[in-house]
Amino acid sequence: MSLLLNEEQAMLRDSARSFLAENAPTAQLRQLRDSHDPAGFSGPTWSAFAELGFAGVAVPEAHGGTGLGAVEIGVLMEQIGRHLSALPFLSSGVVAARLLNVAGSAAQQVAWLPRIASGEAIVTLAVDEGPKHRPEPIGLRAEAHARGWTLSGTKSFVPDGHVASLLLVVARADDGVAIFAVPRDTTGVQVERTLMADAHNAARVLLLDVALADDARLPSGNEAALRQALDFGRAAAAAELLGIADEVFERTLDYLKQRKQFGKLIGEFQALQHRAATLYVDIELARAVLAKALHALDTAPLQAAEAVAVAKAKCGAAATLAVQESVQMHGGMGMTDQLDFGLFMKRARVLQELYGDAGWQMDRLARLRGY
Amino acid sequence: MGETTTIESFRAEVRAWLEAHCPAEMRQPVRDEEDYCWGGRNARFQSDAQHLWLRRMGEKGWTVPTWPREYGGGGLTPAEAAVLQQEMRALGCRMALWSFGIWMLGPALLKFGNEAQKREHLPKIARGEIRWCQGYSEPNAGSDLASLATRAEDMGDHYLVNGQKIWTSYADQADWIFCLVRTDSAAKKHTGISFVLFDMATPGVSTKPITLISGKSPFCETFFDNVRVEKHNLVGQPGGGWDVAKYLLTHEREMIGAIGDRTQSQPLGAMAAHSLGRDALGRLDDPALRSRIAEFEVDEAAFRALMQRFGEQARARQAHGAFSSALKYYGAELNKRRQELIMSALGSVALEWDAGVARDWLRSKANSIEGGTSEVQLNVIAKRILELPGA
Repeated sequence: MSLLLNEEQAMLRDSARSFLAENAPTAQLRQLRDSHDPAGFSGPTWSAFAELGFAGVAVPEAHGGTGLGAVEIGVLMEQIGRHLSALPFLSSGVVAARLLNVAGSAAQQVAWLPRIASGEAIVTLAVDEGPKHRPEPIGLRAEAHARGWTLSGTKSFVPDGHVASLLLVVARADDGVAIFAVPRDTTGVQVERTLMADAHNAARVLLLDVALADDARLPSGNEAALRQALDFGRAAAAAELLGIADEVFERTLDYLKQRKQFGKLIGEFQALQHRAATLYVDIELARAVLAKALHALDTAPLQAAEAVAVAKAKCGAAATLAVQESVQMHGGMGMTDQLDFGLFMKRARVLQELYGDAGWQMDRLARLRGY
Repeated sequence: MGETTTIESFRAEVRAWLEAHCPAEMRQPVRDEEDYCWGGRNARFQSDAQHLWLRRMGEKGWTVPTWPREYGGGGLTPAEAAVLQQEMRALGCRMALWSFGIWMLGPALLKFGNEAQKREHLPKIARGEIRWCQGYSEPNAGSDLASLATRAEDMGDHYLVNGQKIWTSYADQADWIFCLVRTDSAAKKHTGISFVLFDMATPGVSTKPITLISGKSPFCETFFDNVRVEKHNLVGQPGGGWDVAKYLLTHEREMIGAIGDRTQSQPLGAMAAHSLGRDALGRLDDPALRSRIAEFEVDEAAFRALMQRFGEQARARQAHGAFSSALKYYGAELNKRRQELIMSALGSVALEWDAGVARDWLRSKANSIEGGTSEVQLNVIAKRILELPGA
């Protein structure tokens, strides 16, 4: 096992980087935000992304994807982080694809996986219910009756929920955790778009006595499957955080070598040098431990919990420090909307919360290690 | 495919050899510093097993697996050496020899030494026959090492060395010293320095242990009063000692950085839970300490991953030459945090002086000073890796 990219992975990185730099840079996110775009992402960009095979990296080849692994997901997510590309890849191409893949029925897989890979359909997981990620216990109830199920409850912070064709709703049934494939246009489903600080999208979903057929339930949609899909999401979010950290750090380092005050380049001041060096080490730590987690997911996804928790916590911490230092070291200019640092900071904050913040990951690590 | 088969058959060979030759006692976890074997002319072996283990590993050249065979090494490729390390870890084998000769002087001699010097010194290092110490720091040359003042006067066929070193680790137990001396006081401070080797038994050498806050004396003051050093004991060019010193320091930094990785330590969370108890949900019954330990363990896991990644980069020749400073900086700070957490986890028990826990805690404070302070490492990162101006 190597923590360095192989040749194919490096090529994937380079092609994703040049595609996103050209088609989905930070300027596009600004434009989507300022025009109050109803979708929150560019349809043509998403289609082109899918045509290159990127949207289907986590979808098996039998279902029209490229069937690659977690390392490749990480490669793409880092580039998405670097460019702040507004694409429903994390929600649909990573978490939902993985969940359908490990827990869906053959019919569900045939119906949805090819469309995830082609970008035609967006599928998203609805798990959170309160202001923090707390997947255990789930409150939303699923009542079994003769011909199917009735779901009632609310979900919050559902990524790309307002544009999803299908929601994978996590509920609590009498026999434990149950996951249901719920088309968004099902009677009783209300989706309210919540514009988030990062100008990406999430939704609040209200389910009022939603009646579902028996085959709406994912046959293997148990706690282990949910955990596995979430772990893919956590590692992917960690990779996006690392991409953000890399990008703002590079830009900040350039600034330290250009900006003059007191007749000197500010990068000559030891107070700033030491902070830059400290941040550099933190980002390298995050990179190494993320690689470890991605490999763990590729090798033994059910045993990857510790590595994923550590990676999400560390990448979150490194990115948080990176965006804060980028604003501080750019001074007043760092606070302006004209520069991109605010955009990176907002996205990093959302990703910190998504699928469990550093505090939650550390609590999980402690539980896994028995203390 | 062929390569994989070869390395896997090598792995089987290594495992079989270790199982047959590593004494059971040497597969017990290291309890404290007393369990380390440093070798040397006056070696004190804690047990026959320790002595035997050193002899067997030394004969095989596996104390220095990647050194060439003609200098007493194992002649292994980096990939094979990694297998040896993995298998030793899997079986819980202790390191047979702790040695500044291995970690510091050896790599410098391999790069800068002449043939006679390599043949003379490297095999004895590999077998643990000669214990070395490092004469670098002086009372007025700490972080600013290049301002060192110990003089070596050219007497034709030999040098006459006069001056004082400080923080010389285990000088009182070492057989030989590798030492930075000023051979040209007219030259600029970095270019007048030479790298010499001499026997600590040479007339005029004396040592005086320094008692530290831990109560222990791992360091000495070392005095040189008209010490005669033969010219064939100069390594590299006269005035070229700084290059040797810098090269050697990068190895030292990797070594100090790796200390946390090398010692198989008890998991902190379990230690704390054993000491302080658990709540009804089985969690450590001290929420604040639990958070601090978890935060530490995240960073510790990240550091291990970083060490692994750095090793892979080094083998692929992709590593940055100054990255050892990052490892040294972080490894040292991490170990200090670890020791603080152990003190918190064990409370007043840790404060009992004879338990030794407090001594380890105090000892760790030197981690960010020895081998270049944390501040110096950050300077190196800023200058050489980040290429910041004027650093």
